Amino acid sequence: MPNLANPTAFLGLVGRVLPYLWAATALFFALGLWLALFVAPPDYQQGETARIMYLHVPAAWMAMFVYAVMTIAALGTLVWRHPLADAAQKAAAPLGAGFTFICLTTGSLWGKPMWGTYWVWDARLTSVLVLFILYLGLIALWRAIDDFGRAARAAAILTLVGSVNIPIIKFSVDWWNTLHQPASVFRLGGPTIAPSLLWPLLVMALAFTLLFIALHLMAIRNEILRRRVARLVAAAANEGAAFAAGPDLIPGARGA
Amino acid sequence: MSETSHIGFVVAAYALAGATLIGMIVAVVADYRAQLRALRRLEGAPRGPAPL
Repeated sequence: MPNLANPTAFLGLVGRVLPYLWAATALFFALGLWLALFVAPPDYQQGETARIMYLHVPAAWMAMFVYAVMTIAALGTLVWRHPLADAAQKAAAPLGAGFTFICLTTGSLWGKPMWGTYWVWDARLTSVLVLFILYLGLIALWRAIDDFGRAARAAAILTLVGSVNIPIIKFSVDWWNTLHQPASVFRLGGPTIAPSLLWPLLVMALAFTLLFIALHLMAIRNEILRRRVARLVAAAANEGAAFAAGPDLIPGARGA
Repeated sequence: MSETSHIGFVVAAYALAGATLIGMIVAVVADYRAQLRALRRLEGAPRGPAPL
């Protein structure tokens, strides 16, 4: 088992794992899309529109899962001081924002024909919008602070504060009267959704999860390389090299 | 609204989600290439005092 606290060992592991991960991601996306678009029957009430569920629900699960990963990484930064925890946290934020964006937009496109409106300020929709704003705030925070260590601590604190929103999202449909439907998969008493609709949904959820893992590993690798570039630039500047041009040599030094 | 008019919402949702996912992949790959280019440039660059 490689020592994952060692960035060089981590980079080696990522290089070995990524081809298999991308192959599995492509396979499950192909299978999931085939099941979702051609095998799953239309819903008896919503018809073909229910096919938006196969994107909306996995994206919603990923939006919350990525934030949970970031919360654990924030604890890794502040409590365990794991050397890759802040890189993992920073790398996850844009991915979480992407999944939350998909959740919000596909939900909106599902809501218009079913509810008659693209948006309502109900508890579930509003708390997911808050999650999206949290992701954007964390990305902005990383970009605003040049020092990696200070940015990591600030982002970790903001992430931990924001984690209170995750149970609010999950239980919003139980705690308040919402237009959004209650949970139909992860609930006490088991799923209420028919197996012919559930299986395509689970395959798509697995495809989304594999995609996140692949992209997250790649983004952490980018972070490690970015810090190596920053160290080389600093070393060159200290030695008085001619190319000490500062941040211009570090692609995305301000938090990309 | 008729069932036919709903197809537009389904197509729009899949197109938007696909574009977002592809955008995420492209952004991560582009960042990786940019870091590799910067590393190669720095590791190949001369060290020591600047030439006069």
